[in-house]
Amino acid sequence: MSEKTGRLMLEVRGLNKRFGQVRAVSDLSFEVRRGEVFGFLGPNGAGKSTTMRIITCFIPPTSGTVLVDGLSTADKDLAVRRKIGYLPESTPLYSDMTVKEYFAFVGQIKGLKGAALKSRTDEMFSVCALTKMADRQIGKLSKGYRQRVGLAQAMIHDPDLLILDEPMSGLDPNQIIEIRNLIKKFGEEKTVIYCSHILSEVSATCDRILIIKDGRVVVTGTPGDLTSGHRGGSRYTARIKGDVASVYRSLRSVAGVSHIDTEVVAPEGWVCARINAEGKEDIGEGIFKCIADNGLSLSELRRDQTSLEEVFTELTGGGK
Amino acid sequence: MNTVAAIFKKEFASYFISPIAYVFIVVFLVGTNFMYFQPFFLINQADMRNYFGLLPWVFLFFVPAITMRGWAEERKSKTIELLLTWPVSDAQVVLGKFFAALAFLAVTVALSVTVPVTLFIIGNPDPGPIIGGYAGALLMGAAYLAIGLWVSSHTENQIVAFILAWVAMFVLMIIGHPVVTMKTPSALVPLFSFLGLFTHFESIGRGVIDTRDVIYYLSIAGVFLFLNAQSLGGRKSE
Ligand SMILES: Nc1ncnc2c1ncn2[C@@H]1O[C@H](COP(=O)(O)OP(=O)(O)OP(=O)(O)O)[C@@H](O)[C@H]1O
Ligand SMILES: [Mg+2]
Repeated sequence: MSEKTGRLMLEVRGLNKRFGQVRAVSDLSFEVRRGEVFGFLGPNGAGKSTTMRIITCFIPPTSGTVLVDGLSTADKDLAVRRKIGYLPESTPLYSDMTVKEYFAFVGQIKGLKGAALKSRTDEMFSVCALTKMADRQIGKLSKGYRQRVGLAQAMIHDPDLLILDEPMSGLDPNQIIEIRNLIKKFGEEKTVIYCSHILSEVSATCDRILIIKDGRVVVTGTPGDLTSGHRGGSRYTARIKGDVASVYRSLRSVAGVSHIDTEVVAPEGWVCARINAEGKEDIGEGIFKCIADNGLSLSELRRDQTSLEEVFTELTGGGK
Repeated sequence: MNTVAAIFKKEFASYFISPIAYVFIVVFLVGTNFMYFQPFFLINQADMRNYFGLLPWVFLFFVPAITMRGWAEERKSKTIELLLTWPVSDAQVVLGKFFAALAFLAVTVALSVTVPVTLFIIGNPDPGPIIGGYAGALLMGAAYLAIGLWVSSHTENQIVAFILAWVAMFVLMIIGHPVVTMKTPSALVPLFSFLGLFTHFESIGRGVIDTRDVIYYLSIAGVFLFLNAQSLGGRKSE
């Protein structure tokens, strides 16, 4: 057991959290390996922030265990907190302080002093583009700059595990790219867990994703697993010259095709066909051959990717 | 220790950022000086017993005003979520905040040095009771502050924190006062007057520093600081 936990950065086992009648987290178990960038997704109220608060030792769980690098949050909470850098959802900061004063304070709290404090602060300022704001009062910063201050304070002591609750909110597109690169770079050696509602962002940065709903695991896997595997089939779009009936008839004859939607499109005489196939293997060649054999012409044929949004909506949306 | 110092520094500085602090200092100084010097010129007595006699009542308003922000603001602005997930123990944060509040109170009380200076200019007072009075004021202030901070850790509303702290202090103060002890069952009187903050301050105000009084104040402060750390650890309903 110890050998296995040695490699895991985070181990969550049978976690439960109740707030009175509300079950925010129900029997949640997952693990995060060292060096992973781990995406934590779920609809509003799914229990993401609550789980993060438990991992960071802000609130104790109703039951269950959390091990951070093998240390339990229940009895080693200071040691656990030393390993973690955390950005809470609402980016709470001391608005009376200037950016510089704030980092002097946070650095000292996190055990940095002297030259180390100065070099870490300078590094964070340049990484998060805060240098120009050093003397501004935090309360008067724009939302995006507050977010950067929040990120920088989470990283200043170079933690093993970075936990970010919606780090991209309020950032401009350039800054989103910078933060994405930052997360990726940080994730090369260290571990990052973050939650976000920008799913394209998550699928671009994360090694693994966990989707929860109502405090329970819905699915977990790599972005690739989730987007390719979930319906067990593949989809194609083709633009074909011909009338609807003959297009439909010829496509039906292709092996593996399960469903076809056709639609007449401009210019006249062209049809757009959406083809669903059962297997995962590529039937593009079959489609192409069949169309050529039937004397039809083709201007476009592509295999469609299921987006993470679609997976997310299907697994968590609708119904209750 | 470094951590306590960092929190102390930040908290102490934050008292002086808000203009309310200055308003309170001025009100405190003008109020106490005014109330003191009026009977002083009437009775013409060159000591500070009356002045120190006033302090428990003045602190009853002044201390809740100092402590109401303590935790309530951290809770309201949610900065508590970062503070308590940084690598600091609950005890370190509680002590940092407490000593900052105590230092602020000490600065304010020290500004009332005009009173003894006036006394030494116009008369020849005995310095013993004056020094004893100041020491007692700080000890009593420490006990009050610990209560106020503990109360503040239960709400995110500063006004509620002020009022509840006032009530808690008032109760603890009044139970040793003759008004109450006259009407309580005689078996409880020693207990009440032991627990009452007031009883202990009277002897210090006379310039007598009894170890029992000192222990009393320090234990009240200790108990409430402990409860404060407990209430942070038990932020289960958060
Ligand atoms: N302090 C609290 N008291 C009572 N209920 C709470 C508390 N905190 C969270 N909850 C409830 O727990 C559930 C999960 O909330 P949580 O904040 O973890 O969701 P989330 O996944 O972070 O959602 P979002 O995407 O909106 O941030 C919600 O139903 C919420 O109302
Ligand atoms: Mg949330």
